[in-house]
Amino acid sequence: MLEIKDLHATINGKEILKGINLTVKTGEVHAIMGPNGSGKSTLSNVLVGHPAYEVTKGSVMFNGKDLLALSPEDRSHEGLFLSFQYPVEIPGVSMVNFMRAAVNEKRKYMGQEPLSASEFLKLMREKRAVVELDNKLANRSVNEGFSGGEKKRNEIFQMAMLEPKLSILDETDSGLDIDALRIVAEGVNKLKTPETSCIVITHYQRLLDYIKPDIVHVLYKGRIVKTAGPELALELEERGYDWIKAEADTADR
Amino acid sequence: MQDEPNKLVKELAAEKYKYGFTTDVHTDIIERGLNEEVIRLISEKKGEPDWLLEFRLNAFRHWQTMEMPRWAHLDIPEIDYQAISYYAAPKTRKDGPKSMDEVDPELIKTFNKLGIPLEEQMALSGVAVDAVMDSVSVKTTYKDALIEKGIIFCSISEAVREHPDLVKKYLGSVVPYRDNFFAALNSAVFSDGSFVYIPKGVRCPMELSTYFRINAANTGQFERTLIVADDDSYVSYLEGCTAPMRDENQLHAAIVEIVVMDRAEVKYSTVQNWYPGDAEGKGGVYNFVTKRGNCKGVDSKLSWTQVETGSAITWKYPSCILTGDNSQAEFYSVAVTNNFQQADTGTKMIHLGRNTRSTIISKGISAGRSQNSYRGLVRVAAKADGARNYSQCDSLLLGDKCGAHTFPYMDIHNETAVVEHEATTSKISEDQLFYCTQRGIPTEDAVGLIVNGYAKEVINKLPMEFAVEAQKLLAVSLEGSVG
Repeated sequence: MLEIKDLHATINGKEILKGINLTVKTGEVHAIMGPNGSGKSTLSNVLVGHPAYEVTKGSVMFNGKDLLALSPEDRSHEGLFLSFQYPVEIPGVSMVNFMRAAVNEKRKYMGQEPLSASEFLKLMREKRAVVELDNKLANRSVNEGFSGGEKKRNEIFQMAMLEPKLSILDETDSGLDIDALRIVAEGVNKLKTPETSCIVITHYQRLLDYIKPDIVHVLYKGRIVKTAGPELALELEERGYDWIKAEADTADR
Repeated sequence: MQDEPNKLVKELAAEKYKYGFTTDVHTDIIERGLNEEVIRLISEKKGEPDWLLEFRLNAFRHWQTMEMPRWAHLDIPEIDYQAISYYAAPKTRKDGPKSMDEVDPELIKTFNKLGIPLEEQMALSGVAVDAVMDSVSVKTTYKDALIEKGIIFCSISEAVREHPDLVKKYLGSVVPYRDNFFAALNSAVFSDGSFVYIPKGVRCPMELSTYFRINAANTGQFERTLIVADDDSYVSYLEGCTAPMRDENQLHAAIVEIVVMDRAEVKYSTVQNWYPGDAEGKGGVYNFVTKRGNCKGVDSKLSWTQVETGSAITWKYPSCILTGDNSQAEFYSVAVTNNFQQADTGTKMIHLGRNTRSTIISKGISAGRSQNSYRGLVRVAAKADGARNYSQCDSLLLGDKCGAHTFPYMDIHNETAVVEHEATTSKISEDQLFYCTQRGIPTEDAVGLIVNGYAKEVINKLPMEFAVEAQKLLAVSLEGSVG
């Protein structure tokens, strides 16, 4: 599904990603862990085409297409979704209008007719249930006045609406209490099918208690320094990152 | 109730555009320059009565003593008033492009984005259409409906001939020719415009619109509109249209006067989309407009709604004088400036009567290198016990090279008055736009979505079909402003 080769990227001229190699197959769940400032969020932003980042080297193939050649909206239409770490508020734009524009843009890209108002509202109702999102929230402006937990639930709701092939969850667990975490994680699990893949970016094991990864990577100083099975996450939880940092720094020398 | 006849009228209106213009094609143009001779000639050509000639001459004499106002936050180039022809007769079709192939492709692109039918596009861009002048029957259809109710809706020239007493009574009663420089100029040389009279107790059954008044095709650069709503009457009036209007006249100085009698209500909606100049700031219309209504009667109500997206320079303050006790006034405005456009617009609410109420909602949107100012005055006179005003002025910035300014003035002479003012300035952030694009919404559409959300309160005040067009217009006006 996703094949990243020797990816280098900079922001404001500073190199953050220094040669990422990563392959995600259809149906897999990958966890990317790592200390602060290791480049986790940069990786997710680069993949979805945030204009602040510049790719200086490397390639990314997404279902046979050159991802880096696509505009951010086309990457979305092709089935790439990012659950933002900090979802922005868009005052004045109702969730209904926002999602309707998003869903119909995707349909247009796929050569389908736009949904009628009633079909669309039915879809909204259905998908809202996945993350127990209140009707009141759905009628408000995008993320405006939402609590931290509501914003993250709203991200997963949008994921349910857009049915992406590959979802990137960027620290979706940050700022969530244990109940909100459960609802969000269960939402993600309900949406998971053998045809979809997922990259979970997180600091902590606790989200991975709910969303079980097949493969765990550790990102450090812009490179993936360790890849293993789910047991790696548990080990990190116990031992912290210092031993990995030491290993990687030694290898560097 | 109201929807059906409206739909019919719109259909008829669309029909009419197919065949375009008035048959009455003048070919003569008065020489450039402005003097008493020219004014006498204009009046003579229009076959006007002496009192109107006198009105024009008085205005002209007063205008000569005045200077162009410089207080607005606008950079206005020198205007040579002697270089303008004040009786430019309607264009003959021969001057226009011969087919759509000769029309600016950018303009056609915009037409298509707004969903304007081809026939209408041709009419708007002045393409010579083989006119089948079948429009008389169309005109009669809606005219009959109005006549039945005793409503007068015609060009102001026609009103001068057919209803001289009404025109004489009210012309200049709300905006006297001494009011300001541009009002004096308009009073001296006004070309044409609309006249509306709604008799006592009559609710006008349809939206009245310059858009479908056949002879509005060339009301020219000095338009004059007079609306009188008699006791217990109601009318909703629409001015302009969302399609971009090209005009060879750079200077526009219009006057709109509205008189609202006891318990009457007038809603006046404008969509202004005159040519704003190109992306480098060349060309574009200078729009200096004086619009004012007098809520003369008790419990009367006047509501201004405007969507201003066009013109290189906009100088416009639709205002209300709340004379009658318990009268109410509203001003809802969205002003968009892009590229090198400048707008200085707002309102004046003059509270004279008791328990008068006014509401001001102004939404400015600036992009490119444009300058957008809100300027508003709330005055409460000594006798206006219990007057209330609520003002809300919001500015939205796109990019960091444009400017938004707010100039609220308050002049309160009665201690029972309650006056509230709120103002906000916000910016469309890159993060907001990226959030939208990640969800599959292209940047330009995202801007449209955000801007329409921001302007929703005002757009909602427009008549339904107008509102849908205005939404598209906002998005189209801001194209190329981001990214």
